[in-house]
Amino acid sequence: MHNDLVIVVVVVTALAFDFTNGFHDTGNAMATSIATGALGPRTAVAISGLLNLVGAFLSLSVAATIASGLVETKVVTPTVVFAGLTGAIIWNLATWYLGIPSSSSHALIGGVVGATLAAAGGSAVKWQGLASKVVIPAALSPAIAGLIAVTGTYLVYRISRNVADGIRGPGFRLAQIGSASMVSLAHGTNDAQKTMGIITMALIANGSLPAAASAPFWVILSAGLAISAGTYLGGWRVIRTLGKGLVEIESPQGMAAESSSAAVILLSSHFGYSLSTTQVATGSILGSGLARKGAEVRWRVAGRMATAWLVTLPAAAVVGAGSYALASAVGGTPGVLVDLALLMLAAGFIYARSRQTKVSAKNVNADWTGGVAPAAAVAGV
Amino acid sequence: MSSWINLTAIWQIVVVGLLAGAGLPALVATGLYALSLAGKGQVPASGSGTGRVAGVAVAALCFATVLAAIGYGIYLIVSSSH
Repeated sequence: MHNDLVIVVVVVTALAFDFTNGFHDTGNAMATSIATGALGPRTAVAISGLLNLVGAFLSLSVAATIASGLVETKVVTPTVVFAGLTGAIIWNLATWYLGIPSSSSHALIGGVVGATLAAAGGSAVKWQGLASKVVIPAALSPAIAGLIAVTGTYLVYRISRNVADGIRGPGFRLAQIGSASMVSLAHGTNDAQKTMGIITMALIANGSLPAAASAPFWVILSAGLAISAGTYLGGWRVIRTLGKGLVEIESPQGMAAESSSAAVILLSSHFGYSLSTTQVATGSILGSGLARKGAEVRWRVAGRMATAWLVTLPAAAVVGAGSYALASAVGGTPGVLVDLALLMLAAGFIYARSRQTKVSAKNVNADWTGGVAPAAAVAGV
Repeated sequence: MSSWINLTAIWQIVVVGLLAGAGLPALVATGLYALSLAGKGQVPASGSGTGRVAGVAVAALCFATVLAAIGYGIYLIVSSSH
């Protein structure tokens, strides 16, 4: 009975994480289309949400594997999974508040690794797996995506410099919508899987599913719906940083950046090498800014992102570990519920803070004045 | 080293990624350029009628290739997972 309550809490928390994953990452696909005006903000998030849902059903290959190469699965209990999720959610909300596109997968992995460390010590973490599957790909993702986006942007501008304006504008805007849709689809195939994997892992740890089970249909459906709903909500703060803050962007650049992102994300899952969606998208946008003459690249913004990326794993791990320590100090089901209450308090606090400098579909494209909050929103406090 | 960095996968991602991620946008640009030539009738030497037809044909070829590549990519994702 107790276990049942805990597993329900874990599943709901995992879906909540999936939801934050959705709105945190809307910008990866749609930020440049919104910034160039190829799509209206509301239309963009609706398309992206729908395609994330479709993507969640398209590819189901890696559903149960997210943590298996990173921690000893036999020490993973539903409480460990829950503590890991709290770390991931808090980090996702904090970076969203700051408008920083950080990796949701890193937050999730960091949280679970931290909770595992607190539960079973360093020997339960597969450090080499962590380095080869997470840390090294994280360094490579933006570089590979950036290289492809630089090449694509250069070629596109070179080839199209004599194209008549009447064809150039609408043509590239249409192509940009297509490429952004591909990124949304790729995101659904990749990121919804992580939550499916986490829920499945918790169900297996609880004995609700046999050891080698794949994700049941209700898990696939609810994970797909959660990420899709989150995407539709629109993480306007992150969208703003990616679309307006990082580089000045035009439609041809946006198309090149998104083509690079979509290709790299899909290829990396095809070849079984997990690159972070967010880092790929950021690298692509940066690359598209480097390759167009006269496009301003704001290195301060890029630097802030890179710092956040370095901190993501350890920060989520610290929260995950603390969360586990607290849950086990209180003990049993009450421990998990105490954690849950704290998580809801923290989430409520961050949300309340974000309302003070609100970024929404209305002001997402306001001129960049050095921070994620548009000048008018700050003045309006 | 190979247990730390999956060089084979990276190499494949970079090469195929360049073809798809940079090549397809370049094809779109080429298609738009061809359309532009056709629309403006700027093709030299060949009569403007022939130039227009050739431009539209090249553009159609470019866009069809792009769509086919995207379709193939989606097919690969779906087929590799079931």
